[in-house]
Amino acid sequence: MKKYASRIYLCLVFAILYIPILTLMLFSFNNTESTANFTGFSLEWYIKLFNDENAFIALRNTLILAVSSSLLSTIIGTAAAEGIYRMRSKWLKNAVNSVTNVPMMNPDIVTGVSFMLFFALLVALLGIDDYDSIGFGAMLIAHTTFCLPYVILSVLPRINELGESLTEAALDLGCTPVQAFFKVKLPNIMPGVLSGMVMAFTLSLDDFVISYFVSPSNFQTLPLLIYSMTKKTVKPDMYALSTIIIITVFTLLIISNIKSFKKSDKVRRKKGGKA
Amino acid sequence: MMMKKKRSVMHSIAAAPHIFWAILFIVLPLIIVVYYAFTDDTGAFTFDNILSLEDYVPIFVLSLELSVIATFICLLVGYPLAYIMAKAKPEHQKIFVMLLMLPMWTNLLIRTYSIMAILDDGGLLNTILGTSMHIVGTKGAVIFGMVYDFLPYMVLPIYTCISKIDKHMWEAASDLGCNTVQVITRVIFPLSMSGVISGVTMVLVPSISTFYISQKLGGGTFELIGDTIERQFVTGAYNVGGAISLVMMILILISIGVMNRFSEEDEGGIII
Repeated sequence: MKKYASRIYLCLVFAILYIPILTLMLFSFNNTESTANFTGFSLEWYIKLFNDENAFIALRNTLILAVSSSLLSTIIGTAAAEGIYRMRSKWLKNAVNSVTNVPMMNPDIVTGVSFMLFFALLVALLGIDDYDSIGFGAMLIAHTTFCLPYVILSVLPRINELGESLTEAALDLGCTPVQAFFKVKLPNIMPGVLSGMVMAFTLSLDDFVISYFVSPSNFQTLPLLIYSMTKKTVKPDMYALSTIIIITVFTLLIISNIKSFKKSDKVRRKKGGKA
Repeated sequence: MMMKKKRSVMHSIAAAPHIFWAILFIVLPLIIVVYYAFTDDTGAFTFDNILSLEDYVPIFVLSLELSVIATFICLLVGYPLAYIMAKAKPEHQKIFVMLLMLPMWTNLLIRTYSIMAILDDGGLLNTILGTSMHIVGTKGAVIFGMVYDFLPYMVLPIYTCISKIDKHMWEAASDLGCNTVQVITRVIFPLSMSGVISGVTMVLVPSISTFYISQKLGGGTFELIGDTIERQFVTGAYNVGGAISLVMMILILISIGVMNRFSEEDEGGIII
């Protein structure tokens, strides 16, 4: 009885979560403009989307931005995690940690607005007449900044866990500190670094609010394109675009989960072998 | 010892680019927000922006009301879900987590728009039922939008927290005479408090500051604080917009600080 009740509850909540997404996907195949009456199957909206140059430019922009901001935040963030781990002064450590966490706790709109004012002032101070000319730089800085805390958060525990002994051994065997970091420590904390990078990549892909306030007129990302599409009466080409995005996310999620399934299998086997 | 100390100072330098970055791009922009909040168009110091916030109190109150209700519903719906998930078989748990994460990684705009298309006056729901219910444009629709968009943020931290609770706790509690309800209310719920608090923060902060959900599901009939901020900045009223953002930021950081006091440890803060 109890089992049934909890099963029904689970199904109900997941149904509510998925029905809107599935309807959206369904209507992307509609043969009319209606988003309430399904009149027949067609690929019309997908063809229209593939002929839309704006969508391709937005996709390209989104990917360039996500790749560059996730790389940059991973490099700065990994170095920062190592540096924070080494800090002797507790006060400094706490100060750095709290400042780092600010973009994570602050509402996105406040972060976005603060960047907007920052760049407006910068443009005025440097006497740049066209914001568009520094637009990509501004977007890159904004995205890297809000990704940084997530990278640090995923690398720091790994460094703490690893401890000091391996690095000390490397140093005793004649490595320079820099060699010890790159040859010994980095390979050991790699899973944390990679998951931080993936996290940064997805956050950057998904961001709308901060980009909305920072974006120059000549650099539109996919979320911004979707926003501008939903400002007018929506035609199913926006549904088609959303469907493609959802399916991509779903595929990536499954791939990364299959990997973690395999990993946990290995761990289980290893543990079993020991016992 | 000397060598070690020298090495550790050397390595701390690795944090230098980040510290530089954080001062330049986290601290400085926030200082600029403060600067705009306390100056007028000409750059002269003034309290006018802060004083003019009085006009926005009703909007603040409305935003708080809607987002608190949404957060409460998320907790009410999400806690049992997290509990059921944590009690399921391990292989099922992974599937449930993935099912929760997919909507979470679907862009917020898409999710919000998809429920709007269903609830709209000429939308799917009314078409199927043959009714003409007016849902979009009501407070209920905005609250539903918040719950729908942010429910996974409530469930995942609570789920992580409950699944970490030692199994012996459950057994001990029932051995000592608790029935199922008592086990949950007296043992499991208090132990999952840090997950609840991080779930509440992760739902409350985006709901209170949203502007897309209220734009789409509010149908333009009322304004939340996020809409106000957005409007100020789009129309170029940076000073008043800065003042509203500053007040909102301070209120939110204070409430996060207070809530973190309640949870002894910070383990629940798991995002994925």
